[in-house]
Parts: sequence; structure tokens; C-alpha cells
Amino acid sequence: MTTALETRSATKIYQSDGSSVKAVNDVSIQIQAGKFVALVGPSGSGKTTLLAMLAGLLAPSMGSIMIDGQELGKMSEAELTQFRRQKVGFTFQANNLTPYLTVRENVELMLRLNNTLDKASRARATELLERLGLADRLNHLPRQLSGGQQQRVAIARALVHSPSVVLADEPTANLDTGRAYQVVETFANLIHEQNRAGIMVTHDLRLCQYTDRVIQMLDGQVRRIIDDPQEIYALANSGSLESAPVPPAIKAPTAKVGLNGGQLAPLPAF
Amino acid sequence: MAIYLAVKELWRNRGRFFLISLVIALITTLVLFVAALAQGLGAGNTEYLDKLNADLVVYQKNVDLSAPNSRIDRAKLNDIRRVAGVKAVGPIGFSGASIVLEKADKPLDVSLIGVEPGQPGEPPVLAGRGLKNTRGKEAIVDHNTALRSGLKTGDKFTIKSIQGTKEEFYTLTVVGVTDGRQYSIRPSIIVPFLTWDEIKPQPALDDRQVNSASADLASNVVAVQLENPGDWKAMARRLENQVSDVEAVDRKTASQATPGYSAQQSTLDTQRNFALLIGVLVIGGFFQIQTLQKVAQIGMLKAIGTSNVTIAAASVMQIAAVTVLGVAIGSLGTLALSLSLPPSIPVVFTPNSALVAITSLLLIGPIGGLVSIRHSLRVEPLIALGLA
Repeated sequence: MTTALETRSATKIYQSDGSSVKAVNDVSIQIQAGKFVALVGPSGSGKTTLLAMLAGLLAPSMGSIMIDGQELGKMSEAELTQFRRQKVGFTFQANNLTPYLTVRENVELMLRLNNTLDKASRARATELLERLGLADRLNHLPRQLSGGQQQRVAIARALVHSPSVVLADEPTANLDTGRAYQVVETFANLIHEQNRAGIMVTHDLRLCQYTDRVIQMLDGQVRRIIDDPQEIYALANSGSLESAPVPPAIKAPTAKVGLNGGQLAPLPAF
Repeated sequence: MAIYLAVKELWRNRGRFFLISLVIALITTLVLFVAALAQGLGAGNTEYLDKLNADLVVYQKNVDLSAPNSRIDRAKLNDIRRVAGVKAVGPIGFSGASIVLEKADKPLDVSLIGVEPGQPGEPPVLAGRGLKNTRGKEAIVDHNTALRSGLKTGDKFTIKSIQGTKEEFYTLTVVGVTDGRQYSIRPSIIVPFLTWDEIKPQPALDDRQVNSASADLASNVVAVQLENPGDWKAMARRLENQVSDVEAVDRKTASQATPGYSAQQSTLDTQRNFALLIGVLVIGGFFQIQTLQKVAQIGMLKAIGTSNVTIAAASVMQIAAVTVLGVAIGSLGTLALSLSLPPSIPVVFTPNSALVAITSLLLIGPIGGLVSIRHSLRVEPLIALGLA
């Protein structure tokens, strides 16, 4: 399995009024292609700063970040912009979509930016949107969509240009619980199917059940990395970052399961 | 890519952009009208001098090139004629009078201009013939007089003039019609010099006795044609040196020295510049507010890999499109409006003044939008993650 993303002692120090604050402190992680990772932790723990560094939006003060073997710190601003355009997919908490572009146009925007818009890529974008349950919304503007639909469009846009890494910053922050599960489950399935490396910053631990790994951050440092599916499941069920013991009665699922313990459908019907 | 983003945003928000185009259209109309008014009033003041068939205009010295205050008598006229290099001279007298119109409620005020038949000062006619007799009861009317009075070649008309304290009436015959030759914001009639001297308004008898010098046959200025027009500067100096108490200037200087001309033009220029400034502020304000509203969206676009060049180019294209549309609507509206204006309103649209005004208006968009473009370039992509 190839390593899509790697950080080596990544550190971000903010200087303010003579004092310095380490927002991210000596973080070294590796994420393989095809893995969906949750980045969790309390507010101020450095999750979003780390995400910004992984995206090449913020240069680390120390250490390095590599995506597909390319070190971001060695790139110029213009190269970083091009790198993000080609190798990174994004979904944000809010203001995800371009308001004057339709659903189809928002997704195709990434293809246009990369000069790869052609018949085949357009068909792929449409197929992706159809899979995300947006077949009847292709020509709608973002303001005509619900919050969940907007997030699904953002997911399609994040994946359509086949990036190496997909980054999601609190993708469910503005959604109700039911919508949140649907969106993240869809996201996870597509990450796995398309063999991308996905990283999701979230406060909602219940959503971790759809991930392959949970990275818990505290005070800018990685406090714990959970890879064991049973442990992740327990964490998601407990909804607490304090170590939740795995109940002996619960068998670790072979596939991702919903909160009610039932088998999840490959894709929800929206 | 920039074109794509610019066009999509323009089209999907066409109502909002059209509204700002309409504001620009109104500013365009205002600027074009002020420019046309400046041109019209300027022409109304100096059209006769602008088109004068002379290379130099000679004034009495020390009158600040004020034609009404200038007096050049016959002796000086002859002195000017005798200066080497002078081809022809023509005395010109300016005064005011009224044409009594049978069909109108009130008389038409005109500039009464006296010229020597066949000499510099007499305009070429478009219809009819030129003046023949220096004492003839005949007149050439300019295009504006013909338009406003309905006079045509062969018509007789009555001039009212104040002689002392009494109104006197003189009957003249239109022998020719010339193009626009307004002077002192009035349409003009051009009459033989001695006829002008007879019918021009005269001061009361007592004043005439006191100022006997001014009662002599004298013109206000003298139009001079040169054998070598390109040498006008040297000739002006020569005239001033060889003829006492005169000042010679070219036509342009004479025009600009017309009483009230500079003050009027600077007032109108100020109005036009303020209108342009308002345009810059309106467009600048609109696009700046729009940029502020779009900060998060711009940040998102940058985060997903849109370059600064693309974002700036899209903004420039939108500003250009909105400005061009506004200027086009405003120009067409002004043209339509100008066609419906009565001839008494002194607005004159000339290609040059319209071109200058339109170019200025097309520049105000990009100038007004500079701040917003700069602002959008400074938006950090980090804002998409709420970190900027």
C-alpha cells in the first residue's frame, strides 16, 4: 500500500506579542492511499492548523510534509497552487461551493482548473453526482440545495479530478445527525473505492465509525492513534475521547456499520 | 478560466450587475451632457472667432483682449494694412440687437456683427450671396439665426436697436445664410460695416458728446490674413512693434479671451470631473462591497487551486463589461435625448469631446475597481478553513 501523505516532525509556531505558541508540535504521521482518517480533538488542539499544513495552505515552521513523495516546503506559491489544484481535494465547513455555478459546473470547475474537462471527464463527473444522489439537481444553483446536498456536491468536487489526498474540514458541522451520517458514509465509501487518502477533521466522534484510523490531537500534539476497528467502533459509540473499553460482546465489524449496529448499505438513498 | 468565471457570475447575477451598469449609464449621460454643454456654450461664445477666416486678431492694447472694450479706428486699420506680410485686413464690430419676429412673442436676441464686404471677417455663405455694399441694408444670417427665426435668403426682417434712449427699427434683407457663427451666446447676423455702425446700439446723446472719441468710426477688432500664415508669431510681434497701441493674437487666444469663456469652461470642466469622480467612487464602492461579500468564496477558490491571476482577470473582465455596457447605454440614451432637444439649448456633440468623455468614462471602471481587485488578491486561501 503506497504512502499518500506523510508528515515528519511537522511543527507550526505562531508568534504573537513576543511570545510563541506551538499550534502543531512535532507531528509525524503517515497515511496510505485508500485510508480514511479522522482527525479529532478539542477546539484549539491544532487539528485545522495541521489540515491547513497538509493542504499546503500553511507552511510548517519546522519539519516537512510530503504528498505523493513531493515535499510541499520546497514549492513556490504558484507551484503550491497548482499542486493543490491537481493533487488535493477539499470540502469545507461552509462556503463550499461557488454560488453562481450550478451543481454540475461546481464539480466541473476542478476539471476546468486542471484543463482536463472533456467528454469522458464530464461523464465521470455526472456519474459521480448521480451516485451521490444528485441526478435531479445537476442544473440547480447551490442556494436551491439543502445543506446535505451542498456537502455532497463538495464531495463530488473534491474527488472528480482524482486527487491523491482529500481533506475535509468539519464537513458535517452544519448538518443534522441523519444527514451527517449519510454524507460521511458516502465520503468514506468513495475514498475507499477510488483509493484516495482521506482526512476528516471532526468534533463528532460518532462519525469516526466510518474511518480506518483516528488521530487524536491535544495541545498541538498527536496524543493517540487508533487503528484497531473495534477500538474505533467503541470510540464512536461512546462519543468520548476518554479511552472507551471495547465491550467484549461487540465483535469488531468486518465492514463499517451504522450506529444502530446494522450493516450499512453501500450508498444511502438520498 | 477567468472568462468562464466572469461570464457565469455576470450572467447569474445579471440583475445586480445591470443595476450598476444603469448607474454608470446615468453618469455617462451626465458627463456627455456636461461635455456637450461645455462645447455648446463654448461654441455659442466663440464660434464666430473660431471660424474666422483670419490668421491674427488685432485688439486695442491694454484691454485684456476684451473685444467690447477694444477700439481700433480707421487710421490704425490702415497702419495694420501697410505692415509688410499682411495680405488682407477687415474691421469687425460686435454689438447686440434684436430681430422682431412676427410670429413669436418676444424678439430674438442676436449678435450684430459688422464686417467689411469681401474682407476677412465676412463668413462664406452656404446659400445666397455675400455682402456687396458697405452701406447696404443687407445681412448674412448664421445657421442658428435661420433656424430660430425661420429667415431665409430674400426675406426682409426688422432689427430693433436702442439708440440713445429710444428704440429704433431697421429693415434688412437676408442675402445669404452661413453656417453656425454664434458669438456671445447668441446667434448672429453679419451686416456691412457702415450699416453696423449705423444700427448698433448707441449711448445716450450726452454720453456721446462726452466720449466723442468712441463715436468715431471704429471697429472692435481687426481680422488679419497673412501672406505666410505659418509665420503668425513673428507677424504678431511685427504688428505690435509697427502699429502703436495694438495687441495681435491668434484665433485660439482670441477665442479663449472672450469674456466669460474661461470661467464658463472651467466651471463645466469641474462639473464633468466631479461626475467622473462620482463614477469612480460608485464603481469602486460597488465592486469593493461585492469583494467584501465574496471574501470567503474567493478564499475557497484559491484553496482549491485557482490562481491570483485568474481571480484578478475575472474581476477586471467583470468591471470592464459592466463599464462598457453602462457607457454604451448612456451614450445611446444621450444620443436619443440630444435628438429631441430644441435648438435653443446649447448642447453640441462633437466626435472629439464625446471621444474624450467616453474614454474617461471607460477608464473610471478599472480605476474604481483597482481597490477591490487589490483586496481580492490579498484574500488568503486559509480563510476557507477559517484560519486567516
